[in-house]
Amino acid sequence: MASSTSASPREHLQTLPGDDIRQVMWRFADRYDLQMLVQSTRAVARGPVARLVAEGARHTHDWTAEKHALLEEFDAAGITAAYLEPEEGGFLEGPKNLALALIAFELAWVDAGAATGSLATHLGLAPIHERGTPEQRLHYMSLAAPAPGKEPKRAAFALTEPIPYVGVETGMLGGKVRIAEWPEGGEPVLEVSKRGRFITNMAFANFVTAAVDSDDPRIKGSCMVILEETDPGIFDRGTPTRKLVHQLSATNDPVFQLRVPASRIVGGYTVKDGVIIPNYDHGAIIEAVFRRTRVTVGLMTSAKLLSAIEPLIRYHRDRFRGSEAVSPGSPRYELGLQQKEDVTHRVIDIWAAGEASASLGFAAARLFDQLDPVEREKDRVLAAQGVHGGLAAVKALRKRQHEALEFIEMQAHSAALRGEERFERLAHDPVIQYIVLDAQANVLCPATKLWNTGHGSVMMREAVSLMGGYGITEDCPGFLGYKWMDSQLEATYEGPEAVQRRQLSLTMTNEVFLAQFRSWIHEMRQIASIEPGTGACTLASAMHLWQWTLNHLLHAADSHGQKLYQSNRQGVTFPMADALCWLLAARSLILDVEHLRRHGAEVIQQGFQGAVQFFTDLCHVQAARAAGEAARICTELVFGYLRHPSWDDDPQCATCSFNEPELRQIESVVPGASGFTGDYLRDDGAHETKAGPCVRAPGLTDFSRLRSKLDGCLAGALLAKDRAAESVQKVMIPAALDYPQ
Amino acid sequence: MPYQIIVCGGLAPDPLQTLEPVFDPAKPSLKNELMLPAVFDPWAAHALYEAGHLAKQHPGTVVRVVSLAPKAKLQQVMMTVAQKMPFELVALDGPGGGFTDAAAVSAALAEAISAMADLDRSRLLLFGGWESATRGAGVVMQRVAERLGITEQFLAVDELSVDADGSLVIKERIEGGRHQISRCAAPPAMLAWATGNLPEPPNHPQTGMANMRVIMPALQKAKPVALEPAIEYLRTALPAAVRQTRVVKDVPAADIAREIAEWIRQ
Ligand SMILES: Cc1cc2nc3c(=O)[nH]c(=O)nc-3n(C[C@H](O)[C@H](O)[C@H](O)COP(=O)(O)OP(=O)(O)OC[C@H]3O[C@@H](n4cnc5c(N)ncnc54)[C@H](O)[C@@H]3O)c2cc1C
Repeated sequence: MASSTSASPREHLQTLPGDDIRQVMWRFADRYDLQMLVQSTRAVARGPVARLVAEGARHTHDWTAEKHALLEEFDAAGITAAYLEPEEGGFLEGPKNLALALIAFELAWVDAGAATGSLATHLGLAPIHERGTPEQRLHYMSLAAPAPGKEPKRAAFALTEPIPYVGVETGMLGGKVRIAEWPEGGEPVLEVSKRGRFITNMAFANFVTAAVDSDDPRIKGSCMVILEETDPGIFDRGTPTRKLVHQLSATNDPVFQLRVPASRIVGGYTVKDGVIIPNYDHGAIIEAVFRRTRVTVGLMTSAKLLSAIEPLIRYHRDRFRGSEAVSPGSPRYELGLQQKEDVTHRVIDIWAAGEASASLGFAAARLFDQLDPVEREKDRVLAAQGVHGGLAAVKALRKRQHEALEFIEMQAHSAALRGEERFERLAHDPVIQYIVLDAQANVLCPATKLWNTGHGSVMMREAVSLMGGYGITEDCPGFLGYKWMDSQLEATYEGPEAVQRRQLSLTMTNEVFLAQFRSWIHEMRQIASIEPGTGACTLASAMHLWQWTLNHLLHAADSHGQKLYQSNRQGVTFPMADALCWLLAARSLILDVEHLRRHGAEVIQQGFQGAVQFFTDLCHVQAARAAGEAARICTELVFGYLRHPSWDDDPQCATCSFNEPELRQIESVVPGASGFTGDYLRDDGAHETKAGPCVRAPGLTDFSRLRSKLDGCLAGALLAKDRAAESVQKVMIPAALDYPQ
Repeated sequence: MPYQIIVCGGLAPDPLQTLEPVFDPAKPSLKNELMLPAVFDPWAAHALYEAGHLAKQHPGTVVRVVSLAPKAKLQQVMMTVAQKMPFELVALDGPGGGFTDAAAVSAALAEAISAMADLDRSRLLLFGGWESATRGAGVVMQRVAERLGITEQFLAVDELSVDADGSLVIKERIEGGRHQISRCAAPPAMLAWATGNLPEPPNHPQTGMANMRVIMPALQKAKPVALEPAIEYLRTALPAAVRQTRVVKDVPAADIAREIAEWIRQ
């Protein structure tokens, strides 16, 4: 490869990154419980799951006995119980977001449908876990715990309804709840009617958490209710969805018409003036649920991208081996298709995207692990002040926002330069910490779901392309064709991309988030000053540009005087959300690689330098790509809503600073310089033949300056890509894939 | 009556990896050996599963694994092995793989076992693999037993049962695909296992986490062991007859056997 000559002598990646490197990068090197969960999940994924796929179990959308047997494998391997607390029959102490993320990652490495099947059980339980009463939690979570000789009860989550009801718009509930009986002094009995669409696990679920709206003046608003298969009435599992993807999970359109006691309202209720008031409406519950489970979905696509690397390298290298015309030892024999620069460069693009999305997803999962106990503590503190959720809690938090901003500001200063006592107090105040972490989580979760699955599916297609015709057959090693198709579902369920963009367009303008974002720019510059090869400086410049653009859009209007940044202007808000995701993913990767650089040497005994160098180059590649995407989006938004100047406004071209003969003269002295001179008048006094005078927007010079600085920051990014591509040629891969095809 | 079972087991590189010898007369190795994922040596693993099975039948039995391997690799491997069944670990931090000297390895293992203060030799069953997947010298267990003064030694064991009178009935593989059945009145005895009859136990993270409470401290205080090089290597190479690994599906075992037989005949 010609370009490799430009790379300096250096160490290369010796082998594909192993568990030791992953444990450090994704910060579970000291969590043996999680390391074991990874191993036991991997054994299920690369054993029974892979065999099922290889045997063609994906060819039917029916729920077969073979598919059902996977559930028992999940139970035996600790996957089902991983979501439960020890007192409920689980075995992991503390928050479990990272644990579930790792499970999803390992299963999706082979088949994302299997990952969905396992996660849907957790999703069905999630409303009870997040907002259930203590009794509901203990009862249903314990039912869901597998034990020797006992098949656990399995859950499903029913929100989506047949058209024209719930989809992206989760408020449009067709499911209803009314009071069937209310015995004097006794518990009311509810009549619940709900039709579901696309409900995962429905082929076998024993109970369902369903979102319904009141159809009775004696019940206020909406709620979620728990429906059991043995409740009196209709519990019809419905027909299987004729889906094209994720065939190792069960999806049905069920129908429920059941009578249940009011104690099944998730989170309980109070009675006021003869009206049942659920403690949580369905919106509050699904928000608490999805903000956690969406992260795991995002990680499924990341796993698939990273799982594609080994089969791709093997296919490319081996492509011409065995031909009589290609003798062993020749470059064509040794490198095969890897002789072609485009092949290795595209593998690097896939790899970098996979790494960045995994880094973003695991960062989000860890953040929720950090947030969970803080959130509980915040609730306790507020409750002690007489604030019990709802609007009152929102108000109480808003009141303290300025202190959270003060804390973020203080974090940027050294201990000597800030009031340490005040800082410590804020650092240990659960309300302040909640405001800070929550602002981050409200961005990282939708960013993971949106970018990992959306851009991930684009890159999965790239992986399929690089396998040639094989890619789109069932025989493709690593099941890449299936993985590509599946990623479209990951981008859709639990809220399609529009939902994530909508959420981001609100949460990314939160001042508490933006204050942290500003400190992250500084953090990237600091990293860049020590490790310039990471592309952290490029990224910082792009983050700066995005921040400038957001601020501009928040205050600017289009040429018709219409405000640019507003909720119904998705053409403005959504692309800005997309741009942010690129930046966050690249940042997460840089942070993980920096962590590896600092902490990996103690545990990684061989090839450490080569691995770190390779990851550094991937960071640079991804940072440059992210910067390019963000700059493209920002430029389009900043300029796209301006009216282009017209010759009609200025037929004499007052802005033309040159005439044609002058321009020719300039060009004869400095060839190419005429490109920088702006508009000019032709010999005959007329203006140039083009749409109108060039755009001059004096208020945007700062933007142009930042943009042109960013362009310069891209220096070195493609040299990094050349080096990384050389590693792809040299890295040693296993003799065979560790799961069947 | 409970037993005290000690299982000697090292590590082997994951067999799906590309295994390429790198020749250095002083220190031959495999290319990127320390970076490749490792597995618990499959022969020793059979011994371990048999030990677990026996322990279940004889409550109070303690299973201890003695392992000489690079500590960091051993820790990674324990994340799987520790999930299989309850055991304690005695870790020796030293070189593993196929190029160590069997005499030096067995001396180190025997020393570690001798140093166990609470060992009741009258109940001791010393288990291990009849050979290793790395080198296959097939002599380590006999040497360990000799150094510990255990003279009842059984090689290529496939089955162990305990009679009502406490005597051990042991089935060893001998030539011609046949077994030899011996009766051993009582421990101590050394059993170097062939495959045994037990499947690999499923992973059980709960068991693993309980084990890790004792395994992690054992790894942290693993004694460094330097093995004296007693062997001179003149050459290292892959076997000349190389068969490409092929992953097949829907092929009956008989057809696979036929294909391998034909390949051998060639
Ligand atoms: C295999 C599978 C499994 C599933 N499992 C479950 C489950 O277990 N439980 C459950 O409750 N649901 C489940 N779902 C449903 C899934 O969550 C919904 O399909 C999804 O939320 C989208 O709803 P919809 O299909 O009605 O799309 P629609 O609401 O019709 O939206 C279609 C598209 O229109 C655009 N759009 C819609 N609204 C907006 C807006 N406000 N702004 C901008 N653009 C918009 C978007 O591009 C969107 O993708 C599953 C779906 C599938 C396919």
